[in-house]
This record gives sequence, C-alpha cells and structure tokens, in this order.
Amino acid sequence: MPKTTDDLDVEALIATMAERLAQRIAARELADPALVGIRTGGVWIAERLRRLLDLDAPLGELDIAFYRDDFSRIGMHPTVAPSTLPFEVEDRNLVLVDDILYTGRTIRAAMNEIFDYGRPRTITLAVLIDRSGRELPIDANVYGTRLRLGADDHVKLLGPDPLRLEFCARRS
Amino acid sequence: MAATPIQLDEHGRLRHFLTIENLPRELLVEILDHAERFTVVGDRAVKKVPLLRGRTVVNLFFEPSTRTRTTFELAAKRLSADVMNLNIEASATRKGESLSDTLRTLEAMDTDMFVVRHQDSGAPEFIARQVAPGVSVINAGDGRHAHPTQAMLDVFTIRRHKPAFEDLRVAIVGDITHSRVARSEIHALKILGVPDIRVVGPKTLLPTAIESLGVGVFHDLDEGIAGVDVVIMLRLQQERMQSALLPSGHEYFHTYGLTPARLKRAARDAIVMHPGPINRGVEIDSAVADGHQSVILQQVTHGIAVRMAVMSMVLGSHAQAA
Repeated sequence: MPKTTDDLDVEALIATMAERLAQRIAARELADPALVGIRTGGVWIAERLRRLLDLDAPLGELDIAFYRDDFSRIGMHPTVAPSTLPFEVEDRNLVLVDDILYTGRTIRAAMNEIFDYGRPRTITLAVLIDRSGRELPIDANVYGTRLRLGADDHVKLLGPDPLRLEFCARRS
Repeated sequence: MAATPIQLDEHGRLRHFLTIENLPRELLVEILDHAERFTVVGDRAVKKVPLLRGRTVVNLFFEPSTRTRTTFELAAKRLSADVMNLNIEASATRKGESLSDTLRTLEAMDTDMFVVRHQDSGAPEFIARQVAPGVSVINAGDGRHAHPTQAMLDVFTIRRHKPAFEDLRVAIVGDITHSRVARSEIHALKILGVPDIRVVGPKTLLPTAIESLGVGVFHDLDEGIAGVDVVIMLRLQQERMQSALLPSGHEYFHTYGLTPARLKRAARDAIVMHPGPINRGVEIDSAVADGHQSVILQQVTHGIAVRMAVMSMVLGSHAQAA
C-alpha cells in the first residue's frame, strides 16, 4: 500500500528545518556551529541547510559503517566515501543532520564516531523526518515533520537532485 | 600451487585471504576501496574504530618478521580486536602434526582469526582447511608462494599515485625466484588490468618459465625500466649472496642497483617502491630510497589500512546473511 507523498515537499521541509534550526541556534547561543551530515541522505540535507543558514564552517560528512551495531549480523557495508570532518571537533557546537530518524541506532553510531575526533561542546540533532519506531533513547531537537508509521512501513530519501521521498510497505 | 577455492564462501565473499591468484577483479577493487575508508582512521584523535571489538586475532609467526607483524598487530588493534603474538620457531621435523596441535590449542581459546607466516609454501592453506567454520586465516607470507596483503598494499599505493591501471608500465626488479611478494604482485597487477608488467634481474634469480605469467623478462636494468611508471625494487636476501647465485653485494649494486642516474630512464613521474627492509647500497641507492620519487614509507602506512580492510572483510563474511 504505497502512500501518497504529494503533501511532502522535501525542499519545503528543509526550509522548515532551517527556520527551526536558526531559532534554536539563536536561543541557545550556539557560536559558530558546524553541520555534520550522515552519508548519504544526511549530507544532501546538510548541504542545503548550510546554504539556507549561510554558515561559515565547512560541511562535515560521516560514514558510520565502522560504528554500526550490526557487523556480526550483516558484515561490511558497501563502500561509500570516507568520513571527513574538516574542522576542529574539540569544543565545537555541532549540528548532526540525517534524513530519517527511525530506530536511533544510526545516531548512536554517529555520536560514537564524532567523539573519536574530539569532544564537542554540544551536539544538536536535526532530521528531515522524525518517524515512529525508536529503539534507543534518542530524540531530534529539530525536525522537518513527524510521521507515525508502522514497523512494515518504510520511507526513504532519494536524491540528490531532486530530493524526494519514497514510501513502501514491506513485510519484515 | 593450485588456486584455493576455500578462500571464498558460497556468496563469493572473502572468507580467508591466502593468495591473490584467481580472485575476481571486483574483490580486489573492494579491498582497495575499503582500505581507502580506513586510511582516515589514522588521521584522527582516536585512531581506532569499534568494528572488531571483542574479537581475538592471533599472529602466528613461524618465521621472523618485524614490519609485517607489527602492521598486522596495529591494524587489528585499530579495529579494536584483541591481539596475541606467537612467534614459533619451527624446525622441518615439527610441521604437520605439531601445527595441527598448536592450532587446536589456540582454537580452544576462541580465536577468530589467524594471521600466519610460515617458511613453507601452503602452510596457511593447510591451517585454513583445519579451522572451525567461523574462523578466518590470513596469509602473511608463506615460503616462495604468496604474500597477498603486501601485494594489495602495493597496488593500493600505486592506485593512489596512478589510478589508471590500464595505461600502466610496472617493472619488478631483483630476486624474483625467491620472492613471494613478486609473485603476488604479478597476479594482482594482472587481475587489475595492468598491460605492461616486467621482471628484471640476473638469470640466476629469475624463475624459468616466468613468461607464462604474462610478464616481459629483462636481464638489463636500463632496458627493463625504460619508460616505466612504477619501479618495484625487491630486497636481496643476504643468503643469496653467500650462495653461488651472486658474486657480491657490491657487484650486484653495480649491475642491478637503482641509482638516481638509472632512475632517469623511467618515466619522469615514476614512483619507486620497496617492500622493505631495504639494503642501502645493494639493491637501491640511498639517494633514490629517500628521494622525492620514493613512496616506500607510504607503503608502510597504507599497509595498516589494507590489512584493516582485509581483516574486516574476512570476519564480516561470517555474518549470518540478513
């Protein structure tokens, strides 16, 4: 049962994220924040956010493959480009960006990796879609939209140009 | 030695890493691509990833080695595995059964991976045939047969400087007969599509029928390295000079030593490689070994990333296919 995605305009959701993120950065006085996108979808969104917020810091990109908790079940994940954090992580205000927040395991892996680069001052989590199904105590600080989906419902971000969402139902 | 299908599991994943021979090109490229991701780990504040946390790796060395053993050890530690180093002095009479017994003892300690160096060709494969289903074996050099991780770190280093394998000219210079490194390199370069591979050395140090591997054979160094993009110098073992195969180190240098003047015959931007440890003034002049075309120390650094890639691939192959 494919759901309609007509009412979910990804660029509009990112604009919403940018607005909410700007408010949060101002309210918390997060000086010189740096965006870190999780490959691949998170990087696409982080690139757009960086432009919309006109941030100076270069974009960080994380490949969390070495920090996943499913190595003994799945083995090595296919190759993507290596992580690059082209700035000092120590004492930095970071904004971690991902496309879909689901179980929370990806974010757990990403935070573990970030701490191997240094100790950031703060990490803010910004996601395009905050969907139901959390398995870890992790919550988004900023989101584009929230969706209530069943365990068999899947949503995926396709891109990079244009960015669009794909929904499907799969028996697991 | 014949190809070893036991290297791959039924899904074509790398279960053991014993030889380069007959591996598919995609698998070699996968190793190089994974290694590329691991190189960044060495640049970070914490030079460690948790991929193999809780796994046990045993370095089983029946032959002395410093560089290979330490880079395997460092690779395993950067993957967060626990490492034991066992240096076993094996005599010719203590092969076969004692090897099996050693193995059973170590397996009883729940070892996940054996990294094996042995003076006899085929010893790592022998071990791979004995181990329990969830255990992997990596060949760290066996006799004259193979040294597959050294070959992979060499092609990794080449790819970093000269990514177009299909246009490449590579010369391997020195004692080819006794070199497991040369044999594995030739296989790797062939599989990756390098069209011009040359071996250069005196007749006494080139195996008969080496042409059957599809390489050009040269006895003259100037001729052999003319126009090449990569020069791989091999270490001349001291015992070869003591035997009747060669007159002296001095004379060898005169004929086959790579000097700055000789290197000019290679392509202008040629890189110079050596698996180490180098014999300065025997196979290579210090001015070349320390010169701007030398990538010898990069090879060592790349060796860590390549070994991390191979170790995680073989242990990842035991994952239940999800």
